[in-house]
Amino acid sequence: MKNDEPGFSTLAVHAGTKPDPVTGARATPIYQTTAYVFDDADQAASLFGLQAFGNIYTRITNPTTAALEEKVAMLEGGTAALAVASGHAAQFGVFHTLLTPGDEFIASNKLYGGSINQFNHSFKSFGWNVNWVDMDDIGAVRAAVTAKTKAIFAESIANPGGVVTDLEAVAKVAEDAGIPFIVDNTMATPYLCKPFEYGANIVVHSLTKFMGGHGNSMGGAIVDGGNFDWSATDKYPFLSQPRPEYQGIAIHETFGDFGFAIACRVLGLRDLGAAISPFNSFQILTGIETLPLRMEKHCQNALEVAKFLEAHKAVEWVQYAGLESNAYHKLADKYLKNGFGSVYSFGLKGGYEAGVNLVSSVELFSHLANLGDTRSLIIHPASTTHRQLTDDQKVAAGAGPDVVRVSIGIEDAKDIIADLDQALSL
Amino acid sequence: MTEEDYSDSYIEGLLASVKTVAIVGASPKNVRPSYFVVKYLISKGYEVFPVNPGHAGRDICGARTYGSLADIPDPIDMVDIFRSSEAALQITKDALELNPLPKIIWMQLTIRNEEAATLARKKNVQVVMNRCPKIEYARLSGEIGWAGVASRKISARKPKLAKGFQRYGLS
Repeated sequence: MKNDEPGFSTLAVHAGTKPDPVTGARATPIYQTTAYVFDDADQAASLFGLQAFGNIYTRITNPTTAALEEKVAMLEGGTAALAVASGHAAQFGVFHTLLTPGDEFIASNKLYGGSINQFNHSFKSFGWNVNWVDMDDIGAVRAAVTAKTKAIFAESIANPGGVVTDLEAVAKVAEDAGIPFIVDNTMATPYLCKPFEYGANIVVHSLTKFMGGHGNSMGGAIVDGGNFDWSATDKYPFLSQPRPEYQGIAIHETFGDFGFAIACRVLGLRDLGAAISPFNSFQILTGIETLPLRMEKHCQNALEVAKFLEAHKAVEWVQYAGLESNAYHKLADKYLKNGFGSVYSFGLKGGYEAGVNLVSSVELFSHLANLGDTRSLIIHPASTTHRQLTDDQKVAAGAGPDVVRVSIGIEDAKDIIADLDQALSL
Repeated sequence: MTEEDYSDSYIEGLLASVKTVAIVGASPKNVRPSYFVVKYLISKGYEVFPVNPGHAGRDICGARTYGSLADIPDPIDMVDIFRSSEAALQITKDALELNPLPKIIWMQLTIRNEEAATLARKKNVQVVMNRCPKIEYARLSGEIGWAGVASRKISARKPKLAKGFQRYGLS
């Protein structure tokens, strides 16, 4: 009786994107509108009261964006998703729904530098206090849990170090503590890893990266795993308590296993305002259709380039979980299907100066602060993305002075290698 | 068939086969999930009979509320139970006393009662447990995707529009 599950590539093309019901348009139209005419006053009241599904205002919902949300939710195996303006907005939305001033959360100390900044500074001003932990040490994660801890946060593949998180082990700590485990799956994408299968409760994305895949549109997503009982305690009042914003609706009771995504939308996005543009949603939707094809090529190229770098005399080390010599290779084998990602770092024997020199000498590689583009990208984190961190934080985050990070694109591997070769020999 | 196994076509078939729905435990408070379901099913063209002894004789969303299933004058196709799992047994027994018999006993999200389900199945009455008819209708019609919720369905066919703006129907 159970429905046959379509495969990942079929979902990437079809999930969330039915033909337009009015015109029959096959591609999802860009609904570039701010607001929507109501059928009648009663329907309007139903929509404002959350009693009916439908659109009111593009800050809260939009049909193009909704198609993107459903697609991302189904690719991750979640119950629902919320698309927002950026990955940072997604993180803000998640923690706004979970935390009140004075609360704590645990985060891996190996994160994207922008997230380290967000947690250390902006979040602290809301009274949300981060506890940094080295997640290679599961005992340390467990020891960091206090009565005030409301969530645990990690990246499936950490940026920039190519570190792979032991998702199952961290999920177990979260489960034992009765708190949700949030995974940033930007670097892996659901094509390589589905964190919900390993016990994660919430997934966040910067859709700007591999999901959109073409380096042309900002976007973020929050995905609800539908697998956390928000009403088991009174720790999460946005989910479990009657909400004054909606005359006393209790979100989890009303919306069940997609209540978290709804709360992030109607209590978070509605008031915080970081909505994605329908045009960006369209661009990212189009990008996701080819996600499996692109990821295959990204991963294949990345491994070839990593092997080249590992053998190069100017390179001290390569931190890529796809290499058998890598400390995270075993974890990568367990958690990553179809490839090992295409973002990693390597160390230059010549230190800081050699890093600056390399990013200045490449021709095919673009020197910029992004990843997950069709184009190969390169950056020297110590002088850019991770510049604001202290020296100790830089090293802990895998962004020491000698470190160069690459995001290998989908060009021909021989051309990528030739460019690195000429730049390294200058 | 366990509750996890209900196929889309099974649920869609059930929702398409009924016209009259009694909702036991319907609340007149407009922030309660049961009120949402009454309102939504009425908007989809079902004839809804709220059942709530404390509110009998008054209206919920314009529908007359009854004190018990037996008080409803019309034949009931589906009994939707918005009460605890324990209470579902007696409500099912009451439903199975109706003449004609309902076609479906439906228990809401988190509500399960195997004993009640067995009694109903013995009389060839279909059973759905731990599901919400509003969510299932919205999911199968595609409306639920407007809120970013996964319908778990893909289709390259044109969705069926219902009358008015922003309304889908079942195919």
